[in-house]
Amino acid sequence: MRERIFEASGLTKVYRTGDVEVFALRGVDLVLSAGEMMVLLGPSGSGKSTFLNIVGGLDRPTEGHVLFRGRDLVGLSERELTLYRRNHVGFVFQFYNLVPSLTALENVALVTEISAEPMPPAEALALVGLEARQDHFPAQLSGGEQQRVAIARAVAKRPEVLLCDEPTGALDSTFGVIVLEALMRVNQELGTTTAIITHNVAIKDIAHRVCYFADGRIVSDTVNETRVEPKDVTW
Amino acid sequence: MVSVLDRKLLRDLVRIWAQALAVALVLSAGVATWILSVGAYRSLDETRTAYYERNVFADVFAQATRAPRRIIDRIALVPGVAQAEGRIVQYALLDLPQLLEPASGLIVSLPDQGEGLLNRLRVRSGRLPLAGARYEVAISQSFADKHGFRPGATFEAILRGRKRALQVVGIALSPEFVYAVGPGDFVPDDRRFGILWMSQSAVEAAFDLEGAINNVTARLHRSASEAEVIRLIDDVLGPYGGRGAYGRRDQFSHAFLDAELGQLAAMQRILPPIFLVVTAFLINMILSRLITLEREQIGLLKALGYGAVAIGTHYMKLVAVIALIGCAIGFALGTWLGYLLTKMFGDFFHFPFLVFATRPDIYVTSAAVALGAALLGASHAVWGAVRLPPAVAMRPPAPPMYRKLFSGSLAQRFTPTQLTMMVGRHILRRPVRALSTSFGVSLSVAVLMTSLFGFGAVETMIDISFFQLERQDATVSFNEELPARAIYDVRALPGVLVAEPFRNVAVRLHAGHRRRTAQIVGKARHNNLSRIVDLNLDPVPLPETGMAVTEKLADLLQVRRGDLVWVELLEGTRGWAHVPVTEIFQSYMGLSVFMDIDELNALAGEGDVITGAHLSLDDAAAGSFFTVVKSTPALSSIGLLKLALTNFRATMAENIVFMTTVYSALGLIIAFGVIYNSARIQLSERGRELASLRVLGFTRGEVARVLNGELFVLSILGIPIGWALGYLLTWVLIQGFESELYRVPFVVLRSTYAYAALVVLAAFAISIAIVRRRINRLDLIEVLKTRE
Repeated sequence: MRERIFEASGLTKVYRTGDVEVFALRGVDLVLSAGEMMVLLGPSGSGKSTFLNIVGGLDRPTEGHVLFRGRDLVGLSERELTLYRRNHVGFVFQFYNLVPSLTALENVALVTEISAEPMPPAEALALVGLEARQDHFPAQLSGGEQQRVAIARAVAKRPEVLLCDEPTGALDSTFGVIVLEALMRVNQELGTTTAIITHNVAIKDIAHRVCYFADGRIVSDTVNETRVEPKDVTW
Repeated sequence: MVSVLDRKLLRDLVRIWAQALAVALVLSAGVATWILSVGAYRSLDETRTAYYERNVFADVFAQATRAPRRIIDRIALVPGVAQAEGRIVQYALLDLPQLLEPASGLIVSLPDQGEGLLNRLRVRSGRLPLAGARYEVAISQSFADKHGFRPGATFEAILRGRKRALQVVGIALSPEFVYAVGPGDFVPDDRRFGILWMSQSAVEAAFDLEGAINNVTARLHRSASEAEVIRLIDDVLGPYGGRGAYGRRDQFSHAFLDAELGQLAAMQRILPPIFLVVTAFLINMILSRLITLEREQIGLLKALGYGAVAIGTHYMKLVAVIALIGCAIGFALGTWLGYLLTKMFGDFFHFPFLVFATRPDIYVTSAAVALGAALLGASHAVWGAVRLPPAVAMRPPAPPMYRKLFSGSLAQRFTPTQLTMMVGRHILRRPVRALSTSFGVSLSVAVLMTSLFGFGAVETMIDISFFQLERQDATVSFNEELPARAIYDVRALPGVLVAEPFRNVAVRLHAGHRRRTAQIVGKARHNNLSRIVDLNLDPVPLPETGMAVTEKLADLLQVRRGDLVWVELLEGTRGWAHVPVTEIFQSYMGLSVFMDIDELNALAGEGDVITGAHLSLDDAAAGSFFTVVKSTPALSSIGLLKLALTNFRATMAENIVFMTTVYSALGLIIAFGVIYNSARIQLSERGRELASLRVLGFTRGEVARVLNGELFVLSILGIPIGWALGYLLTWVLIQGFESELYRVPFVVLRSTYAYAALVVLAAFAISIAIVRRRINRLDLIEVLKTRE
């Protein structure tokens, strides 16, 4: 039995605006094991991002618990959550969120400077195939390259988990495949537990496991018997 | 019906209220300084004018030794003279209860009939002395206040060697003694010097001057030539020991008031423009960045069919509203501070009333200029917004391009953290903008230095005047010239360690068509107490021949070392002589002329005489010295410099606290306006970047450091620029401070530099503390969901 990285139980998130209550999550239970690559699917507003944000320590649930390696994230202080993100979680977002004033290498170094046992920034860039572009500023890189820098930045600290919110959302399929290959490689070579949110159903086949979200709940949780390589995915 | 654009404007204002308020405050500071300084200047100027008019302040003054009273009829007939009045003015020593040392009084006679024509008193309480009442006296208000004297109080005075108890019957003010300084003193000391008004016949009796006068004042017709009248009065008084008539310009109280008002006028010319420049600059800075953030909305408005004029007007309205809020705050603040300042000066000068000049023109002008500065500051940014084609405006701006700070080996040796790198690169990406922030900060430093340097300058003046030039403990003056050997009697007084004689001779100096009335002070060449220093502040002995004049007097007469000056003696032989200027020395006070006492005696031709002595006293024996002095008939007055200085400093301290508070607040507002707005604009431009850092696991403190680091660098950079700018502006200001009574030394103390820097750092601290709250509230999720 693999180690449980995340164990969410009864996760509920309610947003209140004025008198209106919006249920983003309605009691989600989910376990994520070490080394697993999971794809989260579902329509907009189904609660995938809220789930990922809570698991990543960016948001807090209204009710329920998330255990990270047995430690409940609910109840951690702001500072403890920051340290949790710093030490254990890597994020990849749809819009890259690179620091424009830092080169590719420096964007990676930004994270390695504050982590305990990082890999050399150049090595992280090599992992995503960008060793030749390390001295370029974000404005000098294509969207796909920027996203790969973001992945390199996320994995350079050797996080236990990599959380990706629509990592290919802003990319066409050519660049998207390259990004997915990078994610797959990280998952296989470093054993990083990876959760990928996507609207793109085609991507689900590269994962070990696929969860469908709808209306704040998980409506199906299936294991892929066979995985396909990213290069065989098109959209 | 409010248009939709106007509604947007209101909501924009609400959204950026903190920034808008910061701009409005800077603008209000400009308007307030303007109203404050112009208002206080006008109020005091008009108060003085009204006071002079209501109490018929004379235009020309003259002192003589002794003249028959009927001489006044001849003076009244001098062409140009409207009214003339004769009186007796005489110094006397006072023995005051609770005061160890003797005080000095200036006794001024009042006509026995009527209230007099000129220099009428304003009785504050009690009444004027009755005609012939030998023991009744009215005293000046500041003197009365200091001693708690009220009508009915008594004290002793030594009138021509006879001690006499005087009874206070009234307390009064006179336009002639708004600023009253005792003999041998440089600064007012109300404890030790007062004006005593007595009935003419009582003074005549006390000073053995029956039927005589020794002082003349006159009011002139508007068309009269003052110089001509002075010449004619001198002719009339000459035979009676006339010591040269002089106009208001040389009347001490008037000249001092003039110098003070001149300083206010200089302040009003320098400070408000600085504030308005800062305002224009700030508004430009804020609006251009605000518009960058509003690009897409502007593009949308244009795409919807709004014209350039409508959009331009929209943003100009936003600026106008902010400016008008600033004006309103400035009006209130300026009026209030102007009132306080006027009142403070009014109290200092003991004006009997205050005219608050609050004419609408200052408000209209300052508002117009402030609004103009704001709109001018905004015009560049608005023009940029209006010019953008809608399609371009609706696209997000091109991603910012950065460049590396270092290259080659330097880059390898110098490896800052990535956060530091972000700070450095962000500054260098927009160097002009970064520098403009520093420039804004520097203006705050400059304003502070310009407004606060004066206290350092005064300290320097005091140091030079009282610790380098006039180092005596006491200066005694005789009733009349005494033979030079009188100095031995002075030296024999108890407690006297050193006594250096001097002689004063009233003269008029002529150089070409320029002329000045002055006193030549004759002193021993190697005096140690009262000495002179050259322009490098090194002590120098008096020249063997010729005279030493202050730099200011040399400037006024336009003479240099070696030039000959015609000296017209205004007493004694009343002769004329050619005397060379052999030394020019440094002095910040007065128009002094010094000569070797023997040579002056030869020039004046009345034998070896002295008129007083500078003394160094043994502190332990001061008590017995004062006791003897109080009963020494030959002494007319005693000046105690160090004591006067202590009191002067106490008065200065009040002014310093007020001015320091006001200007520190204003400087703080500017610095805060610049730094806070820079911080807010950066935060709105880089919110996404900073939130990303938080997501990556950087703490709030670390994220704040990126923002604060940049602001800190720019603020620190602004400080030396501000020092340089402040130094320059101070110099400009000092040129406006020049007066004949004193020169303000161009000295900026280290503490002034430090203080200005500290205020900037305080503004920095306040700004980052406020912005820190926003960094803490950065929405990590929202920012990641939206595209840049």
